[in-house]
Amino acid sequence: MLRKVLTLTAIAASLTATVAQAATVNVYSARKEALIKPVLEKFTAETGIEVRLLTGGGDALLARLQNEGENTPADLFLTVDAGNLHRAAEAGVFQPLTSNTVLNRVPDHLQGTDNLWVGLSLRARPIFYAPDRVNPSQLNGYEDLAKPEWNKKVCIRSSDNIYNQSLTAALIEHWGEEKTQAWAEGLVNNLAKPPVGGDRDQLKAAAAGVCDLAVANTYYFGLMQTGDDAAQREAASKLKIFWPNQDSFGTHVNVSGIGVTKHAKNKAAAQQLIEFLLTAESQAWYAATNNEYPAVEGVEWSETLQAWGEFKADDLSMTFLGENNADAVKLMNRAGWR
Amino acid sequence: MQQLLRRKTWRQFSLVATAAVIGVPLLVICWSVLQLATAQDFSTLSHLWQTVVPEYIRHSLWLLIGVAFGVTTLGVGTAWLTTACRFPGQRLLSWALLLPLAMPAYITAYTYTGMLDFAGPVQSALRNWFGWSYGDYWFPQIRSLGGAIAVLSLVLFPYVYLITRATFLQQSATTLEAGRSLGLNPWQCFWRLAIPLARPAIVTGATLALMETLADYGTVQYFGVTTFTTGIFRTWYGLGDLQGALQLAAMLLVAVILLIFIERWSRSQARYDQRSNRPAPPFELRGGKALLASIACWLPLLFGFILPALQLASWSIERSEVWLQASFWQLTFNSFWLAFLAALLVVVLALWLAYGRRQIPTRVVRTSVAFAGLGYAIPGLVIAVGLIMVLTSVDHGIIALSKTWFGYNPGLLLSGTVFALLFAYAVRFLSVSLQTIQAGLVEIRPSMDEAARIQGYTPFQVLRKIHLPLLRPSVFTALILVGVDVLKELPATLVLRPFDFNTLAVRAYEMAGDERLADAGPPALMMVLVGLIPVILLSRAMLKSQQSALKEQDFVPVTA
Repeated sequence: MLRKVLTLTAIAASLTATVAQAATVNVYSARKEALIKPVLEKFTAETGIEVRLLTGGGDALLARLQNEGENTPADLFLTVDAGNLHRAAEAGVFQPLTSNTVLNRVPDHLQGTDNLWVGLSLRARPIFYAPDRVNPSQLNGYEDLAKPEWNKKVCIRSSDNIYNQSLTAALIEHWGEEKTQAWAEGLVNNLAKPPVGGDRDQLKAAAAGVCDLAVANTYYFGLMQTGDDAAQREAASKLKIFWPNQDSFGTHVNVSGIGVTKHAKNKAAAQQLIEFLLTAESQAWYAATNNEYPAVEGVEWSETLQAWGEFKADDLSMTFLGENNADAVKLMNRAGWR
Repeated sequence: MQQLLRRKTWRQFSLVATAAVIGVPLLVICWSVLQLATAQDFSTLSHLWQTVVPEYIRHSLWLLIGVAFGVTTLGVGTAWLTTACRFPGQRLLSWALLLPLAMPAYITAYTYTGMLDFAGPVQSALRNWFGWSYGDYWFPQIRSLGGAIAVLSLVLFPYVYLITRATFLQQSATTLEAGRSLGLNPWQCFWRLAIPLARPAIVTGATLALMETLADYGTVQYFGVTTFTTGIFRTWYGLGDLQGALQLAAMLLVAVILLIFIERWSRSQARYDQRSNRPAPPFELRGGKALLASIACWLPLLFGFILPALQLASWSIERSEVWLQASFWQLTFNSFWLAFLAALLVVVLALWLAYGRRQIPTRVVRTSVAFAGLGYAIPGLVIAVGLIMVLTSVDHGIIALSKTWFGYNPGLLLSGTVFALLFAYAVRFLSVSLQTIQAGLVEIRPSMDEAARIQGYTPFQVLRKIHLPLLRPSVFTALILVGVDVLKELPATLVLRPFDFNTLAVRAYEMAGDERLADAGPPALMMVLVGLIPVILLSRAMLKSQQSALKEQDFVPVTA
């Protein structure tokens, strides 16, 4: 009797397992639910493939993925910065992407080594200035943030934040460690207030006159401009974007990206979802929702982004951001950048 | 006799085993230190020591000192006023002062930042009224060490209040009456009798608050205060060095053990066994004194609960459509059930351990029970990572076995399900219920057990007829404290939850983390509302026991 029950359960379980395998794809996502779920729902509506989602911090999800090993339920891992993508690739949790549809749509510098991941969207980290106090002709690039004429006039968030770590990692690649170290020290000297709060707080502080220059990601500025908080809209109206380093390596950009896990059980569906995320329509939605730039070239930018104008983006391979991340953190520790 | 001895050995073994299972994530931390010793790779640690660790230690120490001062002042002061004095509003306050417990510290931090930041309504209004602009005036920076101390004190003082108040209520009337007849005024009664007698309770409450402070990540991170906990995450996320992060966590563990030793030491100084059959009659306060007492109690409530709750309410009105979404109610449901289940589990575990410790107080049992309780001061995320490592390897074993025996892959049964969450909560919050239940068990003197056993009661009957009725308030308190803590818990929940399973805390965090404070309003408010129900239940039960005690005799209030 017991044996019969066991066999029956096993059959039932294997049946549900195969059915589930045909129709689901499991995503670990560092992008928050509200910013990704709608496009996943659309995918389900169009293909009938169910998407199961688990959101969380990139590093924590990676730790989970690593420990789950070959038994992981995750088919896809989506993160919001190059550092995490690199770390995941180094940890060996990705398998190379084989779909040419995917690989051909995304520019090379927005892909991981060995085709382990592809970028989905980009955000830039320019300098924002208060036009009533700053003449943009005084500005050149990120090096200005450390110059003595901006003493006590710069706002930037904590170096705990991955955006600052990635920026510093990119600068290490361009300038070398020594120059970047001096830059970080100069920047810390120039801070108008302790580096607390998020990117939006730096922008608000600049608008309120606490500082003249603020460093922030473009999408926070976009959210302030288009959000329904009147005070934030007003603050955003007092600021302008300066695209740094247009004569040299270009403005620092970071990427959100996705890869298929090494032990994915639903590989075909996973690949289908990536292809879906790279269609012009999804790219436009995904980018517009997050106020980011689409990774696929030729996809139309949202109105907000168009209003900011074209700029030269740093086309440094995203891999360097990940590789230099630990060095960047140590460098910032030494510079006393909290 | 031999059988009895064998049973005792078995019991002792099972207690140590339970404690060891609960302590597993902590063992992972210890393991990382061991690895450090064998691998001899000190590069990360030495870099950290040279650059940031001194600052982490300094900030953590100041935070601890500040919060210790804050929670003791607020908690003991309000507990004394609401038990020993009568003034208008005293009855309402005596339960309302527990409300800040329902407020997660990081949510309070968000609301105060929203209110007091440079661009917030308070400073903007000041600038408008006086025509100031930036630099014309000084305003305290909320995002600072001082701000973190203030917020954590306001949210955590109810622990001290709750435990100290229970002691004040039990303080024997005879002691205080003797004091009064010897000419002490109410203040002197407070300083020279009540406080010294309540010292163990005060220290226990403060220790709970301090352990929570050490584990706090949300508040300090949001306020940009670099502490040990933020350092752990910076090492993990920034340097990509999980081992280094765990080694920092081990240092934190040492700090906690020190804290616990201080607590034990302060308790072992004296015995405080005073049986009260009759609580002391309260002081009747009038006029200015009554007003002052009211203000002293209303202020912590105002800043710890009313203002943040109002801010949340105003954000929630802006997002009123959320309240009609089915998914929002699903979150509420998830949060509630998770809290309920976890509270039951944790209290059962605590009862098992506390009883074992009482009946077999050998060194090994006492040490292992104390070890199991350490998780309260470890950041939830660190516990979660330790747990993932252990549970996934157990899972791999189960899967391998199941594949060879049944040819069937059951998937991750432990690490990918609610089991992992419940386990993490047990590790994290065991200490809360353990402390509460142990405090209750102390009240049941061994002589009672002995008397009952002589009367021919079986141990089970002793438990049912004597212990359960006497322990009920402590068990109830433990259930509620754990439930409310689980409701607020974020980092472990975030890492360990299964697919498509969200809680109110997760939703609130995702919104606030994206700097969308208004969208964080409804889930945060809901979290507070769900937490309010048990807190109100708890306070009413407390009030009832006090009233019934007071009703038993006709007392004449003393005019102060």
